[in-house]
Amino acid sequence: MSTIPTHRTSAMTESKLMSGSQILLECLVRENVDCIFGYPGGVTLPLYDALYDHPIRHILVRHEQNAAFAAEGYARSTGRVGVCCATSGPGATNLVTGLVDSMMDSIPVVAITGQVSTKLIGSDAFQEADTFGITRSCTKHNFLVKNIAELPQVVHEAFYIASSGRPGPVLVDIPKDVFQAQAHYTPVSSIHLPGYKVFTEGHTGQIRRAAQVIWESQRPFVYAGGGVIAANASDELREFVELTDAPAVTTLMGLGALPAAHPNYISMPGMHGSYAANMGMTHADLLIALGVRFDDRVTGRLAAFAPHAKVIHVDIDPAEIGKNRAADLPIVGDVKRVLEKLTKVLQETASESREQNSAARADWWRQIREWKAEHPLTPEVSTTEIKPQHVMREIDRLSGGRAIVTSDVGQHQMWAAQFIRFDSPRLWINSGGLGAMGFGLPSAIGAQFARPDKLVFSIVGDGGFQMSIPELATIANHALPIKIIVVNNGYLGMVRQWQELFYNNRLSQVELNTFPDAEKLAGAYGFKGRTIENVHQLVPALEEAVREPGPYLLNIRVTPLENVYPMVPAGGAINEMVLGAPQPVEV
Amino acid sequence: MLQLISLLVENKPGSLMRITGVLSARGYNIESLTVARTLDPTLSRMTIVVDIEPQLRAQVIKQMNKLVNVLQAADLTDSPAVKREMALLRVRAPLPSRTAILKEAEIFGARVVDSSTEGFALEATGDSEKLDEFIDVMRSYGDIEVTRSGAIAVSLEAKKLRLAPPIPRNAPVDEAGEKLETRP
Repeated sequence: MSTIPTHRTSAMTESKLMSGSQILLECLVRENVDCIFGYPGGVTLPLYDALYDHPIRHILVRHEQNAAFAAEGYARSTGRVGVCCATSGPGATNLVTGLVDSMMDSIPVVAITGQVSTKLIGSDAFQEADTFGITRSCTKHNFLVKNIAELPQVVHEAFYIASSGRPGPVLVDIPKDVFQAQAHYTPVSSIHLPGYKVFTEGHTGQIRRAAQVIWESQRPFVYAGGGVIAANASDELREFVELTDAPAVTTLMGLGALPAAHPNYISMPGMHGSYAANMGMTHADLLIALGVRFDDRVTGRLAAFAPHAKVIHVDIDPAEIGKNRAADLPIVGDVKRVLEKLTKVLQETASESREQNSAARADWWRQIREWKAEHPLTPEVSTTEIKPQHVMREIDRLSGGRAIVTSDVGQHQMWAAQFIRFDSPRLWINSGGLGAMGFGLPSAIGAQFARPDKLVFSIVGDGGFQMSIPELATIANHALPIKIIVVNNGYLGMVRQWQELFYNNRLSQVELNTFPDAEKLAGAYGFKGRTIENVHQLVPALEEAVREPGPYLLNIRVTPLENVYPMVPAGGAINEMVLGAPQPVEV
Repeated sequence: MLQLISLLVENKPGSLMRITGVLSARGYNIESLTVARTLDPTLSRMTIVVDIEPQLRAQVIKQMNKLVNVLQAADLTDSPAVKREMALLRVRAPLPSRTAILKEAEIFGARVVDSSTEGFALEATGDSEKLDEFIDVMRSYGDIEVTRSGAIAVSLEAKKLRLAPPIPRNAPVDEAGEKLETRP
């Protein structure tokens, strides 16, 4: 049983006869929703009529998929629930990719969809789709509201489920006649979800054992992920890492959980992680896994992953424990609470235990520094062409660790993750688990609305950008000062890289040999754009983009055939990295 | 080997779909599934028999427990439990074989629920193996028609199953026996 926050109530008086649409909006106000990303349609007409003079801001996107991505950008940059809205049938089905994306990355999103009237459900009515059935597996939970009496309860349950435990998307499907129906509205004071289990505290005994194992370890290694960001546990992570003096990596989803400049920070591990990160994982005797799910892109071949390590696995979702890698010491709980408790136990035991392995720990750090020095992660720079890594280095310099960077999916995403450093969480926004192309631009819209104070870079490839071009209109409409950086190599670069390395360079359907003129394209929407291909233009062009008060589209022609390295071939062990340019690779 | 899963779920539209979705997403075929209301009409008890690879069993149970509508999912495969199934069976019984059929039915503890000049309708309960045998025996008398209920089960371990209706409504407790945090 939980209570509903009531820090904000609108002017509506209590127990007043209201329509379903008004009740929905009133519940959204009570959930502190200030903005919805959506697209109207036939069955949501009553809702949009209520929105017409309602204080909640509605952002009209140009495609429902981008409403879901924008809601994710909002949620990822703030930690608050993002809200998107679509009509029945095609509107709802267009949301699906965004819902799966937020499911994979555990992002709190509430999707409101219209449905045909209750009497028409199941009759193949115009714009009818079985949204409840279709989105069952794409959401943490979903609801079909067939009676206006259930509506307020369901809306608050949706927000509670989306934002608590392991966050995720929740969809509320509302038939047109429920929007139109009238009912006496009384605020909901508590919700009842008897089957919903949230494990937050962590087992005290396990935490004590973990502290002991940590002190006993000679080569500890922290493997932190998106769960640390979802739990707002960055401060706790930093304190923990400093107390134990363990080297730490953050996954693609966890970038920024520990400041990149922190002395204990190594880099991102995994398929395109650094040599030191992957070697550290491989040689550690203790892996402290915090809010991670041992994704295949991190572990490589599981059997060869961290073969010498005991594993402490902290996760809020019991179903993640032992899913891919057996945990020697599982702790089910909110990583923030668990780290708080663990750090406390470690502090109590520090004086007697800290010294026991100090020599071995010093050797461990020496070894890690050697690995770092042996194959540092340094961006390629050329004097004759623009290397994509060079672009990232310059964006990193302009950001100074403080800008929001959204990315699309592919090579540029990996280069950005490798070379752009983040001082704090919720700055790096990307589609990690699903790898949904077309994510970069709309998520930047959501992030910029959520954080108008922030400089937002949207780094996209020429492929993903062309999937999201319609949203240039949304950006222009609201004069969002997003810096769209197209890392244009004329290819679907990541697929091309795999074709080169693993399919005898038979480049099948990866050439994107038509791209619009960026200046004209941006100009058509009424903002500035430019294409550059000379390396000497790179810095001035990026600086000009940042100086520009409005949106800016910078199309950068980069080395077409550049590959992302280091690379662990699919199915390989992560210590068997291909470190650099073309070497024969056996598959 | 078949796995026997017992679930306590919310009696709501879509609950069944979510649970079977965990199985169908992995391509598992359900051998049997029964569901009915518990003493608490807001809850249902579901028993599923399904073939899952041994190494994935725990994972599947965890994923079912994660569903918002599921109060508890428990694997009863290897724990002490009573498992029963019911079969309704029609057998054609011409005069000469009627006595023999009734005798067999009696051996298996089956009851006659309908009798006509054409034959009998019989009701039998037992574990699945016993019902298999009974059906085999009846088949030897000629054409039969069978409807089986699928297994239902109840655990004999006090801890394994959460008995309905005492469902903790205010202070859910996690596996470690610690109180869970609820929203402020």
